[in-house]
Amino acid sequence: MQELKIRKITTPLTDDVISDLRAGDKIELTGVLYTARDAGHKRLVKMIKDGDKLPFDIKGQVLYFVGPTPAKPGMPIGSAGPTTSGRMDLYSPHLIKCGLKGMIGKGARAKEVIETMREYKCIYFAAIGGVAALLSKKIKKAEVIAFEDLGTEAIRRLEVENFPVVVINDIYGGDLYKEGVKQYSTRE
Amino acid sequence: MKRIHYNDIVDKVREMCIEANYSLSKDVIASYERALEMEKSPLGQEVLGQIMENARIADKEGMPLCQDTGLSVFFIEVGQDVSIAGGLLDDAINEGVRQGYNTGYLRKSVVQEPVFERRNTSDNTPAIIHTELVSGDRLKIMLDIAGGGCENMAALKMLRPADGLEGVKQFVVETVRNAGANPCPPVVVGVGIGGDFEKVAMLAKRALLRPVGQPHSKLEVAALEEDLLKKVNQLGIGPVGLGGIVTALAVHVEMHPCHIASLPVAVNLGCHSSRHKSITI
Repeated sequence: MQELKIRKITTPLTDDVISDLRAGDKIELTGVLYTARDAGHKRLVKMIKDGDKLPFDIKGQVLYFVGPTPAKPGMPIGSAGPTTSGRMDLYSPHLIKCGLKGMIGKGARAKEVIETMREYKCIYFAAIGGVAALLSKKIKKAEVIAFEDLGTEAIRRLEVENFPVVVINDIYGGDLYKEGVKQYSTRE
Repeated sequence: MKRIHYNDIVDKVREMCIEANYSLSKDVIASYERALEMEKSPLGQEVLGQIMENARIADKEGMPLCQDTGLSVFFIEVGQDVSIAGGLLDDAINEGVRQGYNTGYLRKSVVQEPVFERRNTSDNTPAIIHTELVSGDRLKIMLDIAGGGCENMAALKMLRPADGLEGVKQFVVETVRNAGANPCPPVVVGVGIGGDFEKVAMLAKRALLRPVGQPHSKLEVAALEEDLLKKVNQLGIGPVGLGGIVTALAVHVEMHPCHIASLPVAVNLGCHSSRHKSITI
């Protein structure tokens, strides 16, 4: 694991930036993120399979796996922490092949996802699960851009400032979950 | 006979849903402080600090602690000398949930059926309601906010009696290991042992409602809880799975008599934001 220095990065992500990231890097993201979770992913991948145009240009973008709580009056968004990424594993490779460059969630990814990430240069970040009130402070603007009928599961375009994440899977096979457990496991 | 009105139950449940989602109880905060003292990983310590900061923000600003404001799971004890006036108990609970999730700006996370269209019911109902008839003239309402991330990592196994205590321990530890970062550790591990297939699951869920870290009243069960906590914390998963000493805040075990042929065991994990609330009318 690397030292706890924070790097500031802006989205969309380029291959150069991605090549420079390693598992364990602490990052603050500034720029645009798009939200999607189970139901949104299902529709996006159906659109790809049907040859339809996606509701936003996915090239270089970062998807945040989140279904926020409703915004209180005067606030851009409600509480907004990451959901479990494993549920997106069946869908993610399709999106990565269309140019998706980053994903933010929590929990381990399937082997197929990690392999596709390495091949197409895509990074998997984790946000701290369950600190949704704190994370919402980093979201300055939120706008539903597709699938409004899905409520919390609609696709939103977020503008974030210094949104804190950590690199879990880099494109070199690094995996912070595995490394972290290895370092602190005391089981025989 | 004590009369309790439908509207009183609705009001109480509405408040419970909002309070449980905005503010952690003292036992949970105290368990964070103990965790912070124990944790050796610098990243783990930092995560625990953020978890505590999140709790302060949510409480102060009246915001949900987590975007997953859960399925509302109720355990209700109805005294035999209570009469509920003005409507059905289940309707009152669901109306309270409906009002609480709407007025509290909580996320609606329930779909009408599991496999066809999965359309959101848009008011977080129906709640899961377990009702038990007890002696006395009180109505006790206990609420557990069950988020999807940790609920999905629950597991149940019908062990053989020959598997014994060792088999039980192994299953509990393996369930926490398999869950990894998904249930937002440090978790509260609810363990049910005994009963039958459905009873053991209820025991595991019910165990999550105990104040965090309060040992079981029976000494041998409390010793088992302590041993399981030690084993789980040797896994190295740590706060939110990034590696560390504190994988669980507590292990709570509930037991029940069972069939001579059976040894059911169930594990229900609660995330670090252990949201539970209890009131008595």
